[in-house]
Amino acid sequence: MSTARLRLRRAPLHAAAVVTIVLCLFPVYWMITTAFKPNRDIQSASPQFLPHTWTLEHFRTAVDADGFALFWRNSILVTLSAVLLALIVALGASFAVARMRWRGRRQFMLLVFVAQMAPWEALIIPVYIISRDTGMLDRLPTLTLVYFMMTLPFTIVVLRGFIAAIPQELEEAAQVDGCTRMRAFRHITFPLLAPGLMATSLFGYVTAWNEFAYANFLIIKHQDSRTLPVWLSSFQNVFGTDWGATMAASTLFALPALVVFLLLQRHVTSGFAAGAVKG
Amino acid sequence: MSVTREHSAAPARVRLRRPTTRPVRQEPGGVRRRRGAGAWPYLLAAPTVLGMLYLLVYPLARAVLISLQDFQLRQLIRGNAEFVGLRNYETLLTDERFWQVVRRTFLFMAVNVVLIMLLATLVALLIERLGRRWRLALLSALVLAWAMPVIAATTVFQWLFHSEFGIVNWSLKHLGFSSFDRYPWFAHGPAAFTILVLLIVWQSVPFAAITLYSALTTVPSELYESARIDGASGGRIFRSVTFPMIRPIFMLVFSLEVIWTFKAFVQIWVMTNGGPGDATTILPVYAVQTALSSQRYDLGSAASMVSVLLMAAVLVLYFRQMFRQEGEAL
Repeated sequence: MSTARLRLRRAPLHAAAVVTIVLCLFPVYWMITTAFKPNRDIQSASPQFLPHTWTLEHFRTAVDADGFALFWRNSILVTLSAVLLALIVALGASFAVARMRWRGRRQFMLLVFVAQMAPWEALIIPVYIISRDTGMLDRLPTLTLVYFMMTLPFTIVVLRGFIAAIPQELEEAAQVDGCTRMRAFRHITFPLLAPGLMATSLFGYVTAWNEFAYANFLIIKHQDSRTLPVWLSSFQNVFGTDWGATMAASTLFALPALVVFLLLQRHVTSGFAAGAVKG
Repeated sequence: MSVTREHSAAPARVRLRRPTTRPVRQEPGGVRRRRGAGAWPYLLAAPTVLGMLYLLVYPLARAVLISLQDFQLRQLIRGNAEFVGLRNYETLLTDERFWQVVRRTFLFMAVNVVLIMLLATLVALLIERLGRRWRLALLSALVLAWAMPVIAATTVFQWLFHSEFGIVNWSLKHLGFSSFDRYPWFAHGPAAFTILVLLIVWQSVPFAAITLYSALTTVPSELYESARIDGASGGRIFRSVTFPMIRPIFMLVFSLEVIWTFKAFVQIWVMTNGGPGDATTILPVYAVQTALSSQRYDLGSAASMVSVLLMAAVLVLYFRQMFRQEGEAL
């Protein structure tokens, strides 16, 4: 009896949880199901919450669209090189901050925190003009540099935490045993750091993968250098009212990010990405 | 896939713990000093500093310069722009349209941030009260919504609010609001504004709720017990025990959300392009429109600098809060 009463008392709580879950998931669910529905079901007077017939036709339309493979490749290329560059640079910087004592260390960290909050939305105009002056407009390396700077501060902050969490004594023991400092880092700290590097780079990857504003304004004339977000934003101009294909394209684009976040859920929910990655 | 505090990653500890419990920092001083010598740390930090100088400081300085010049399409092509002092700012500040945009920016910011903080706090309290399985389900749903790329979410919302086949109009019609039959959301200013607010709130609540929830888990349960023994009501406990404890994180999230309002640029640009009319034009949108669409790079830069100033004011609040949080970690 008492469990029944308990259950009753918790009913409003669970109702609220259900409402929240539905509100969070419905847009994602609707995107995916629309992508699998045939056109007549998409454009019917009464929408189907569970698709009766499934079709892959929209995915075919999206993948066969002009330049899809090219933009996919561009996106991967830009994101991977930006994240890799950020990782290498951040590894050095965060090691210096976490393991060494030097004049200017605090100021350096302050700089990193300020850079993390950089007003990128307000820098579009000067970056456009600088790229134009230096002949970097319409080129993927420009985007790589911008994304590198967008992800770098977060990468340093997080890696610093990971390095600081690895006991320094391990390294010192190796050095006592005759390892050089570089060797000690490579063979002791680095393997322990690998999971941290992995998680950090995945978050950087998502940030760069999603970026739209710079990709939109720095790649103008040379359409072959566009990236996926820009392509997706113009998808409707290409396909008009084909919402099935638009949703299929959105699904294909969103999938990597959704998978990464679900894989890293443990990190995400522990406040790991606080202040760095958003949507 | 556990979500308890014990399993949290190292950086979370750096962010959320109080300065007194930071064992990592307490190495013997002698070791530190021995390791301090040489140019190594400067060499390791140099690429970061150089990157910041070229990719952040230089563009910012360039924007300030352009905002003080007569810089239009002609100057973009030919160069040698003329220095005109504060004339661009004068032009802006005497323009009624600019002030409308500023007022709209503040309205947009206020509505978004209030809704986000309110809903996020409620959701965080909800997660805390749920059992393990429910909590995991809710957290997973939040993470999925959070993971949704901005452009994908924007496209989906356009589809949800589609005038003819949109699920929202269908639902509203069947709930008895017949005026929503084929209601063209994006043709009316207030309606488009509402959709953008809904989109931003939907995308922002997960991060805020999860962060507030991880702050809630650091409140010792003895505090609640003693408050309950003293006969405090639920609302009273929240006001006198819970909120003061999570206040630092709450303020951090609050200022982040204020600053991130400017990131709504992307959603607005893709969804409405600032329209219909001017109904959804906020400062960053106005700046880019002025610069890149009307080729008034000088006025656009000036407008950008105004928004940087606004953001800087909030940033001061953010950093003061953060240094109180992890001043020692620096």
